[in-house]
Amino acid sequence: MSVAMTDSTTPVDDDVPRSIDRGLPASDRVFFIGARAVGALVLVITGSIGLFLFLQLIPTVHAYGLRFFTQANWLPTYRQVGVLAAVAGTFEVAAVAVVISVPLALLTALYITEYAPSWLRGPLVSLVDLMAAIPSIIYGLWGFFLLMPRAEELARWLSAYMSWIPLFKYPGTDPHAAVTLSSVFGSSAAIAGVVVAMMVTPIACALMRAVFAQAPIGEREGALALGATRWGVIRSVVLPFGRSGIIGGTMLGLGRALGETIAVALILSQSFIITIHILQRGSLTISYLIATQFSNATVGQLRALLAAGFVLFGITLIVNMIAAVFITRSRSGAATEI
Amino acid sequence: MTTTSQVAAAQAPDQADEDQPRKVNAGTADDRFSFAGCFVGSGALVWVVYDRLLPFSGTFGFIVCWYFAFLAIYVAVTAMSQPRPIVVDKLAGAVIQGGALVVFFAVLSTIFYTFVEGRHALIHLNFYTQTMNGVEPTAPLNHGGILHAIVGTLIEIGIAVVVSFPLGVGTGVYMAEVGGGFARIVRTVVEAMTALPDIVAGLFIYTVLIVGVSVQAGGLAAACALGITMVPIIARTTEVQLRIVPGGLREASLALGTSRWRTVWLVVLPTARAGLATAVILGVARAIGETAAVLLTSGETTFMNLNPINNPMISLPLYIYHGFQSDQKFAIERYWGAASVLLVLVLVLFVTARMLARSRPGRS
Repeated sequence: MSVAMTDSTTPVDDDVPRSIDRGLPASDRVFFIGARAVGALVLVITGSIGLFLFLQLIPTVHAYGLRFFTQANWLPTYRQVGVLAAVAGTFEVAAVAVVISVPLALLTALYITEYAPSWLRGPLVSLVDLMAAIPSIIYGLWGFFLLMPRAEELARWLSAYMSWIPLFKYPGTDPHAAVTLSSVFGSSAAIAGVVVAMMVTPIACALMRAVFAQAPIGEREGALALGATRWGVIRSVVLPFGRSGIIGGTMLGLGRALGETIAVALILSQSFIITIHILQRGSLTISYLIATQFSNATVGQLRALLAAGFVLFGITLIVNMIAAVFITRSRSGAATEI
Repeated sequence: MTTTSQVAAAQAPDQADEDQPRKVNAGTADDRFSFAGCFVGSGALVWVVYDRLLPFSGTFGFIVCWYFAFLAIYVAVTAMSQPRPIVVDKLAGAVIQGGALVVFFAVLSTIFYTFVEGRHALIHLNFYTQTMNGVEPTAPLNHGGILHAIVGTLIEIGIAVVVSFPLGVGTGVYMAEVGGGFARIVRTVVEAMTALPDIVAGLFIYTVLIVGVSVQAGGLAAACALGITMVPIIARTTEVQLRIVPGGLREASLALGTSRWRTVWLVVLPTARAGLATAVILGVARAIGETAAVLLTSGETTFMNLNPINNPMISLPLYIYHGFQSDQKFAIERYWGAASVLLVLVLVLFVTARMLARSRPGRS
């Protein structure tokens, strides 16, 4: 018995379960290493750009002092190099763009998901996507030739009758004058903002539409069964469900608006004045500054431009991060796996 | 027998009429007439007040005032016969449909206007087969063309795609299929770099390659700038497209004893193929119209250059941008023509992407 006991205990020690994990096959090992190498390569490339841009801040601040952030003028020949006017102008143009495009994007997204007949829905979604694919230079041309002459009229009207709002005031001109050069009202931050809005709308709209379309059908039907009108469904189900999509789409559009270059370059005329009067001719954005200043810049000025580019990158990065937080918070990704 | 069948035949249409389901979407006659009446009435009112009484003019202001007058009258008319929730519903419907109409009108007007302005140049065959080499900007439209810009665009985009597609898709596969702590770092950086404005990418290439290493401004530098902006976008969309591949497919493949690599290659990627193609084509459509990055890196030329390493190479958006600074009649018509060609390229890519997306396999 005791022999049997010892006999049975010793095999227990030996009875360690055989490892069924035979390790990865060679092809998988190559795959993992290869994938990791590609990932690392992209990390190095993209990361080094960010780092490189950041490092340009140091010699720039060294050369031009902290006035780089507080100086409005960018006149390298006078050793006045600052980004303040450009940052202010960038925000001004982007703000106009967002104020115009977000309501339009919201209405369009609601129309596509809630109002459009089902045969029209597909083509409209395509049209909005196409709007995002149209090159910005074509929007720029559209804005310059088709929009600007009409917008000048509107700007004159606004500055004539709405000038009690400081935003629409245009100091130094008389909008009631019998003869005014209408070009005085052109090339302003407001018009550039309208053109940028054309580019922002489809981006914001596409995201909002995607989120609205996923509003749970049961909740919609519940609202309808309780006697809600179409607007009642939108207000009580679609909008609360899509709130994070709306905010995310807005921020995503803002991120795009901040970095837009060519359309702004076609519309704006350069000016270093920081003003809240958005109808005033001339303004400056960071991307426009880079596009006009790079060709005859010395190495030091290139560094300063890169530093300005980093400021722009930093602003867009923060905006996009906020957008990402709201987009992931939306319930849109919560689809069930099969 | 005959009588019963006649009766049945006479009754049948009646019954079919009764069985027709009522259209719940269609409004009543009251709805339609109040809409039409408000539309016409507000137009007439605004015409009298805006155009005749007040010192305003202009089509744009007229339409804006008309719209707001319409909203006000429509609300008032509806309120006469309907309870408050219905009035709010009608108002919201009018606002939403009006806003959507503005957006669709703006897109279509952009496309239409480009082709209308470009029609002078587009009808000349030499516009597509010749370059501007030795042609004065003031020369009439039957001289010279934009072949050099079309070819330049295709070369730059080709190089950019060849470089960025493997890198982007590889990174996307790594983030979605391999994962791990390092993948999280890669994802964070890649997501951050999608915020990089195009002009800053162009300026980076200009500083590092053209000023720093003294690579000649040309196709290669432009392709690098385009590639830098495309890699993070392709990587991110690839990851998204791979994540919507149902996990069940992966598990089924692994349960059959397939290795991870063969699962990705034979199951995951083929399932997501159409989505990936769509993502890449849309990325290319964006890059084709990209002006800012190219402006800094490719230089300007009027003749054909097939060599991306030496000598400047012009692309369509850049040709338009430089043409914009001219005020010669023929130069203007020529760059509008170039804009139309660019738009056609984008439209073709876009339709291709749509058709690929429609035949998407693996949709559950």
